[in-house]
Amino acid sequence: MRLLNRSNSKTRLSNSTLLFIIAGIIFLVMYGIALISFPVSFRQFQTFFDFFNLNAALFIVTLGMCIVMIGGGIDISVGAVCGLVTMACAMLLQSGAGNIWAALFLALGIGLAFGLMHGFLIAYLEIQPFIITLAGMFLAQGLLTTIHKEPLNVTNPAFVALRRYTIEIPWLGTTNRLGVFIPCEIKPSVFIVVALVILYAVMMKWSRFGRNLYAVGGNRQSARMLGINVKKTIFLSYVLCGLTAGIAGFVFLMTTGAGNIGNGSLYEIKAIAANVMGGIMLSGGVGNLLGAPIGTLTLLTINELIRAAGVQSNLQAIVSGLLLYLFIVLQSIIMALRDRKGFKLTLPSWLRLQQLRDGKNADTLK
Amino acid sequence: MPKIKKHFDRFSQLVLPLSVLVLLLIINLFKGADYFKITMINGVLYGNIPNILFGASELVILSIGMTLVTAAARGQDISIGELGAISSAIFVQYVLNASEVTIWTILVGFLISCVAGIVLGAFNGILVSFFNVQPMVATLILFLGGRSIAFIIDGKVSPILANPISNQIGTVIPGIPIQTPIILTAVFIAIFAIILKTTNLRLYVEAVGINPNAARLNGINPKKVIFLTFLIMGVCSAVAGFIAVNKAGRHDSVNLLKFIMMDAILAVALGGNSLAGGKFSITGSIIGAYTIEVLNRTLLRLEVNPEAIKAFKAVFIIILMVIASPVVRAYAAKLLDKMKTISGSMRQTKGLNKAVVSMADSSVQKEE
Repeated sequence: MRLLNRSNSKTRLSNSTLLFIIAGIIFLVMYGIALISFPVSFRQFQTFFDFFNLNAALFIVTLGMCIVMIGGGIDISVGAVCGLVTMACAMLLQSGAGNIWAALFLALGIGLAFGLMHGFLIAYLEIQPFIITLAGMFLAQGLLTTIHKEPLNVTNPAFVALRRYTIEIPWLGTTNRLGVFIPCEIKPSVFIVVALVILYAVMMKWSRFGRNLYAVGGNRQSARMLGINVKKTIFLSYVLCGLTAGIAGFVFLMTTGAGNIGNGSLYEIKAIAANVMGGIMLSGGVGNLLGAPIGTLTLLTINELIRAAGVQSNLQAIVSGLLLYLFIVLQSIIMALRDRKGFKLTLPSWLRLQQLRDGKNADTLK
Repeated sequence: MPKIKKHFDRFSQLVLPLSVLVLLLIINLFKGADYFKITMINGVLYGNIPNILFGASELVILSIGMTLVTAAARGQDISIGELGAISSAIFVQYVLNASEVTIWTILVGFLISCVAGIVLGAFNGILVSFFNVQPMVATLILFLGGRSIAFIIDGKVSPILANPISNQIGTVIPGIPIQTPIILTAVFIAIFAIILKTTNLRLYVEAVGINPNAARLNGINPKKVIFLTFLIMGVCSAVAGFIAVNKAGRHDSVNLLKFIMMDAILAVALGGNSLAGGKFSITGSIIGAYTIEVLNRTLLRLEVNPEAIKAFKAVFIIILMVIASPVVRAYAAKLLDKMKTISGSMRQTKGLNKAVVSMADSSVQKEE
């Protein structure tokens, strides 16, 4: 019977796809709960679009983190880099020395610099990613407080115009109490998010780099034996993550319009949580890039749900922690069951406990 | 002979943190020659060295627990500050609700907070060992929610510990010339050293950290060992929280032991321990923890702009990690080997073969 199972293995869902489907289902369930419990606010399309409008930077940061996590690493400096970029760009725009394009290039440059530093130290000098990106986080925070401490509003007219610019969708919207039709609004940053998601998803799915990254994240040793340049792949993943954090900083500035010390704080933790919810495993090699935005949406929906329920702000953190606990346990149970090769979605596992144990023994003897 | 070599191996791991510590102390000496001066005020020793020992006491205790967790679970616990905040909140509540504060009240409160620490450690440990979750993700939960739990236990205020005994625990006991947190830290280290000497803990943890499957085949249950390290981590957090709250005199659930996990992880790495598990050196971690405290104080002493301290620290960490990285070490060893062979060949051919000598010279110049 086991042989039969193995011969089927080609048609089995891959771990990435399975976790992605589960993440999608969880998001739909969460949004469904939100729709049922708070129909007034959640039934409006604007609520959904506001997730993107207000948290575009978080989506982008999560994408970069996702790439590093698939490669089996971690980058906890993204939030700090994002904050540093907002402040640096705000200062550049305020000083009048540069226009929007200069600010954009500055953002990309800062992100690239951090990415190159992390990538080189982690990939070529083989230092542990946690420590190096921790140092990167300290460096970015230190630079941020050194260059400017007070909140800085950007008053550059071109930038303000860009910030205020919204795209209205005339056929979607709600009628308010006075009977006035309010169309849905989308910020230009949403397009950046969508473009990046598509670009990265295509890259991870079809490009050589993306496939190499999955191989490296899954098993470094066998990836090297397959002839993949492991160091270069890891290096590129960190460079991409840094660059993405730079873009996220610029998008953050486009959303809030001010440089502030608190910008992007705790984004690294949020991004990790969102990726875990989106079915990307920290151990590497498993996960669909589209899971990153799905996970972020789940996280935001949960936060919004807790906020709408009027729960105390202290309980909010506890509730989101507990939800994260549930997700993690669920994920690990699914992975454990799949490892034992007896997992089918249709049959509850506890009915076949004995058989699972047998399967486990056979696996270990193999 | 092999025993000496073993000792040497253990010592070579300590070279990095010790050399950094010495370097920092030298920098401090340049700044002011009276760095090591210890003065006696009201029968208590004060000075830079006691201050460092005093300031680093929580970090040392936490880095001991972190070393074990890192070695066994091949990951780090990022919720230690929150664990300390929760367990010390319980301690503070117990003491405040007691009708009379005696040494026994404090002791019982401390034991209760230790139990709370163990329970919270078990929460993390179950996730890591039995559900096979990455330690950093598993502890992310308490990291996110922990401070809120402590805040609710506190009753949404920051209660003040205004009794003479906790004041004495936080500062000095009359008649003893050393500050109490230093003594507590020393006692904790001693207890831990005895545990490591008398039990198989080190062997088991290292075996699990190096290869869990091999450990399992040899009759060690890796899940139990990893679970145990998280329980120990919980106790360490509770002790650190106890010291911190007595030092501060009030329980500030937002800022108590904030971001100390970064320093603790750094201390473990500085001590020459691999963050990917396996062999560990508690001594290295302790020295690493003190080194971090010295670094913090040195930056303050050098009058670095307080805003830029973090950046300086980051640069320092990066330089340190580059020096300690396996690639650079291997390169240095290779270089040293080459130099040795060159000097050896020079000795052999002394005055006999000019060509070889000139070749060696040129290669030495190249390396320079």
